[in-house]
Amino acid sequence: MIAATANTDSLSWYEASARQRIDALVDPGSFAEFIGPEQREMSPHLSIFDLPEQFDDGIVVGRGRLEGSPVLVAAQEGRFMGGAFGEVHGAKLTGLLRAARALQQDVLILFDTGGVRLQEANAGELAIAEIMRAVIEARRAGANVIGLIGGRAGCYGGGSLIAGTCSRLIVSEQGRISVSGPEVIETNKGIEEFDSRDRALVWRTMGGKHRYLIGGADTFVDDEALAFRQAAMDALKVTRGCGVAVLEAEQTRLERRLQRFGAARDAVEIWQALGIDTSTDIPALPTDAFLAAANNRENADDAR
Amino acid sequence: MSDWGMQKAALAERLAAGQRHASGKIVPIPSLPAFLNAVIRSGDRVCLEGDNQKQADILASALADLDPAEISDLHMVQSGVVLPSHLDIFEKGIARRLDFSYSGPQSARIARMLFGGKIELGAVHTYLELFARYFIDLTPHVALIAAVSADKDGNLYTGPNTEDTPTVVEATSYKNGLVVAQVTEIVDKVPRVDIPGDLVHFVVEAGRPFYVEPLFTRDPAAITETQILTAMLAIKGIYAPYGVRRLNHGIGFNTAAIELLLPTYGEKLGLKGKVCTHFALNPHPTMIPAIEAGWVEQIHCFGSEVGMEDYVAARPDVFFTGPDGSLRSNRAFCQTAGLYACDMFIGSTLQIDLEGHSSTVTTSRIAGFGGAPNMGSDPRGRRHPSEPWLKAGAEAAPDSDAALRRGRKLVVQIGETFGERNAPLFVERLDALELASALKLDLAPVMVYADDVTHIVTEEGIANLLMCRDKDEREQAIRGVAGYTDIGRARDPKLVEKLRARGVIRRPEDLGIDPLDADRRLLAARSIKDLMLASGGLYRPPSRFRNW
Amino acid sequence: METLSFRLSAPTRAGGTRMQAIVGVVASGNLEVLLERAAPADSCMIDITTAAHGFGAVWDAVVRDFVARRPAGGLRISINDGGARPDTVALRLAQGVRKIEEPER
Repeated sequence: MIAATANTDSLSWYEASARQRIDALVDPGSFAEFIGPEQREMSPHLSIFDLPEQFDDGIVVGRGRLEGSPVLVAAQEGRFMGGAFGEVHGAKLTGLLRAARALQQDVLILFDTGGVRLQEANAGELAIAEIMRAVIEARRAGANVIGLIGGRAGCYGGGSLIAGTCSRLIVSEQGRISVSGPEVIETNKGIEEFDSRDRALVWRTMGGKHRYLIGGADTFVDDEALAFRQAAMDALKVTRGCGVAVLEAEQTRLERRLQRFGAARDAVEIWQALGIDTSTDIPALPTDAFLAAANNRENADDAR
Repeated sequence: MSDWGMQKAALAERLAAGQRHASGKIVPIPSLPAFLNAVIRSGDRVCLEGDNQKQADILASALADLDPAEISDLHMVQSGVVLPSHLDIFEKGIARRLDFSYSGPQSARIARMLFGGKIELGAVHTYLELFARYFIDLTPHVALIAAVSADKDGNLYTGPNTEDTPTVVEATSYKNGLVVAQVTEIVDKVPRVDIPGDLVHFVVEAGRPFYVEPLFTRDPAAITETQILTAMLAIKGIYAPYGVRRLNHGIGFNTAAIELLLPTYGEKLGLKGKVCTHFALNPHPTMIPAIEAGWVEQIHCFGSEVGMEDYVAARPDVFFTGPDGSLRSNRAFCQTAGLYACDMFIGSTLQIDLEGHSSTVTTSRIAGFGGAPNMGSDPRGRRHPSEPWLKAGAEAAPDSDAALRRGRKLVVQIGETFGERNAPLFVERLDALELASALKLDLAPVMVYADDVTHIVTEEGIANLLMCRDKDEREQAIRGVAGYTDIGRARDPKLVEKLRARGVIRRPEDLGIDPLDADRRLLAARSIKDLMLASGGLYRPPSRFRNW
Repeated sequence: METLSFRLSAPTRAGGTRMQAIVGVVASGNLEVLLERAAPADSCMIDITTAAHGFGAVWDAVVRDFVARRPAGGLRISINDGGARPDTVALRLAQGVRKIEEPER
């Protein structure tokens, strides 16, 4: 029998499940799950709508090691209800962040979410608020909170708000970050404003490359689990504070960005304004060439 | 004394009528409605060019805008009923009778209109069959065609989407019919002459390209583990033992998986150069990794594929290209090549019955056939031998005299036992039969007839129908790969095991395949982006397929 | 949702020493399978919650084949199904027993 040639070195972050991402991210064998699927801590709301439940409610939380150092990890499963936040799902992340504050341990959040679950919207919205508070409290206590974004569902709605509070964001080209999703914009503003089926438009407006170029993400990586791992290790080497100076720098950065690009009608105009000669080629560039072209990008180094 | 020039005289009248709305051969767009009204006569046979890919869409809309009080009872003879305007023509009473081949996106509406009596159906054909009838009893009086550019003399450049145009023009123009072309632009000199200007009577400058459907683009991201398993079974259980070098693939995800497994799984099996060297095939984007890995010697195309133009132009050793560098596709020739010069067809279907008839018809949809039945049939006129053809012939009739024995084309149906929305692939009775009786058709629309099918591949295994010796064996061979469908669960387990012992049914384990190895990481590309990268940036996928 | 339960005698005990394993996700056409070593070694318990109604006979055939062909003895298997096709179910079950057999790290 001829063995199949599956390449185990290469794992697409975009394609991987939440559990596969964690396994590939942390040191081999180091992950221990909290409130695992065997505890069947599932959403109390979905059965009311006759919807299928998942044993972990779409998020895996636990602890592991990265280069030997302890880290706390949460990974959303973007294929279960679009990775959306519900009551249990949110509470698991809140609890993990509170543990981070108490233990002063760094946290990796593997976002893969469309936002808040429609069927448990109130609980989900509350969870978003609690999580954002818990992120800031963990950071105030000295923990880094790193967001990793490159899943199928992107990082939308409340998820993007949480991402905005993280100390570092790592994104791949496939990763999308936005408060409103393409369909929401089209529904509210019309297809002339945003054609949600124009996928090239979606990606150049919300995708990883654009977010990296305008300082919406700090590290750009290939769609490979090992690339995310390396970027996470690098991001944890510097502990960043979270005080008034940082928040004021963030406010200044955002004001400057709005002033600089606020009149642009399309991401390509922003890339031109950044001085990128081959701006229309940006979507097609492989990572090395893209990073070279992105030399003069906006960054948020002082502001997170 | 007979007048032998009546058709020429009629054409002269049409030309004179049309000339009043044209300058030379050029018809300005604003004059198009009056022009068509002048050159078309009630009761005409009209070929409106359009297949499963390119569409003469401007001319289709203009035809649908005619006044049925002036022009009616048209008999449409066309490959594809694809655009809404194609059926508006019938809805408004401009046309009455229809002979066609393919209806993809309009398959539900065409069925409703047939039930409602809005359309009088001649027949549903295969492409080659309809083309043939253009020269015998369905010759168009008027052909409305599409090209990329024209010069003032009417010489046409079709670009990579040549497709049906040469056939339609040949049949119409040489039999005193009128040919009208829509083109994107009028130029001083066309990049290459695909259609000589003598055969083209009028040209309309549309100012924009004709519509093309990217029908052959399959996103690798949507390929499932089960489809990969069926692809592994096909490669190891059929391609390898028969040594299939000349073939055609259907458009489903199972065959896309095969294409993407060639450079990985196929390479491991040592099959490079031994299988899949010559194709009759559209430029499938999922072929890029195999082409780049040096698997493919040449490909002749029915049409082009949106976004593949630059890649094809950059690989003239593989594709048929003109002196201008771009692809030349010719559907009639490629269909003929698929029929006579290929040793295998492999494609997906929606329903297979217990005899092995297969159909893509459901009770509410008439999708037509396109070209699949030409590929998926055994050409009785074939006379040249090849290893797979002879081997298949020997399996079908092992005791006959080898020198007098026909070979057999391999006609393989591949699919998962359950399709979309858990619809079973295997059924007691084809929906096509219900449709035929409801519409009082003489023939049920069968895609591939039972006596042409040689193998059925599902995730449960391969059934080799060539080796079945009677009706009962055949039925149990089909049940034996029908999985957990009602058909599969009603198998005779003892007979199925006997067939397996004889190699009529082969399971994954019989072929040394572990279903757990069917992993997406075996795919040479797992996304459209991977395909673009594999092409060195030459493949430019339409926006709807991108996630970058 | 429809629930189905099977208690089957299993000819072969599940290998390995892991106490549990989980494969798959709950999504359209997909399912998750949680395997726990929580049954007598000669039997297999399978509990299914499925979004697709009326497929009891198919589930019955799939799980019986699975227990007959794969080492499933001693397992309590819990399934949340988003309407997966039988071939996907069979594949996930097979992936599940392979995963619980994997050596612990």
